Amino acid sequence: MSMPFYVAPEQMMKDRADYARKGIARGRALVALQYNDGIALVAENPSNTLRKISEIYDRIAFAGVGKYNEFDQLRVAGVRAADLKGYQFSRLDVDARGLANQYAQILGQTFTHEMKPLEVEILVAEVGLDATKDQLFHIMYDGTVIDEHRFTVLGGDMESIRGRLVEIFVPDSTLQDAVKFAHQALSVGDTPISSTELEVAVLVRNGARRCFSRLNESTITQFLS
Amino acid sequence: MPMFPFAQDPGASFGELLKRVGLSPFGENIPANEMLVPHATTCVALRCANGVVMAGDRRATSGNLISHREMEKVVQADQFSGVAIAGAAGPAMEMVKLFQLQIEHYEKVEGQSLTLEGKANQLSMFVRSNLPAAMQGFMVVPIFAGYDTLLQHGRLWNYDATGGRYEEHDFVATGSGMLHAGTVLRMTWKRDMTIDEGVNLAARALWEASDADSATGGPDALRGIYPVIASITSEGFTRIADEQLKKTYEAIADGVVQR
Repeated sequence: MSMPFYVAPEQMMKDRADYARKGIARGRALVALQYNDGIALVAENPSNTLRKISEIYDRIAFAGVGKYNEFDQLRVAGVRAADLKGYQFSRLDVDARGLANQYAQILGQTFTHEMKPLEVEILVAEVGLDATKDQLFHIMYDGTVIDEHRFTVLGGDMESIRGRLVEIFVPDSTLQDAVKFAHQALSVGDTPISSTELEVAVLVRNGARRCFSRLNESTITQFLS
Repeated sequence: MPMFPFAQDPGASFGELLKRVGLSPFGENIPANEMLVPHATTCVALRCANGVVMAGDRRATSGNLISHREMEKVVQADQFSGVAIAGAAGPAMEMVKLFQLQIEHYEKVEGQSLTLEGKANQLSMFVRSNLPAAMQGFMVVPIFAGYDTLLQHGRLWNYDATGGRYEEHDFVATGSGMLHAGTVLRMTWKRDMTIDEGVNLAARALWEASDADSATGGPDALRGIYPVIASITSEGFTRIADEQLKKTYEAIADGVVQR
């Protein structure tokens, strides 16, 4: 029987992190930002059916970048956890913080105990009753949770997109402006992303029970023209 | 977070998910006895030219006693459909809650809504899973109605306690006052009514049922409690305001005085 080679834990973790980062960097990025009436989530996504952004619960949205099958599995687990909690207790007991922690557990466990880390970065966003209660939890491939404010960027080329967004972001702007900011930040160089390649969804602070909705292609085109 | 191996994955079914995590309210053996639980009664639904109208009275009874005066038996299931329930109030309300959750859960997991027919079928399975309890007296008999966005007209379904699902084309009534309410509908309903005419007819049907059946509640002007009446059209589910129903019932009462 052959003995496995010894690999230092530091090296093992570094290799896994590099592997996950590489996988995530291959995919396209996503931006979430506050606007005057809620939170806008904008992703570069050529597919009109395989979504990166989706609804988890009344006031909570999910967004993922990286490997589709992996973040989609996490999305479904989140919908299940949220619906079960709301059924067992009250709809008001479902919150983004709880979900973010559970996601962090799964990602962290997988990162340290499985052969292969999940090649995903996810966002759990919750729209509050007022803007100060909005929450953006950015969860990394290794389970690190970052509680972000005003806006967040996920995915490949994160640093340069964040750099561009910091320059142009204006708090309390309209939805149209917010989508424009995100579009500009996501576009690399002089070639802006076509509006057909954008997926945009919003969590609107509108008093209705379900705050999540998607913007259709014509609205996005109109916003960007 | 609930995650399952591939073979045990519950898919988009909330009911199956509840079973996997041990929370399912169905199939429990309730001891057979003469337990007196609140019962909800008469509901009607009818088809109009551009949608459907659903209505239900507000009374729940335990034997001869009125146990609740403000029960809402017509509830919105999703944007384009509603459920009306008659039968044992506890299981009925639980079934409606589960049904609403199932529709929303499916929509979120799958990324698109069930068709209206799919929802009707799903409700039939819920009624069937309640059969053991129905055998012991906790019967639940719903009506399901909605606007079919694919076919672009309203549709209605009637159920029996075993989960039998029957699509009705014109109108349907359920609960203890179903004979009286159904007779009013049978005599007055005509094709291509407007929603307003439909609301008036549903109000009238419940009035006559409450007049002849002790378990059906009439309009309660003293407390300001009126039946729940809702219309479902291509615009979605709209509950008719109590103000409007107050006028409708005053007109019915005037008509009755003059006959």
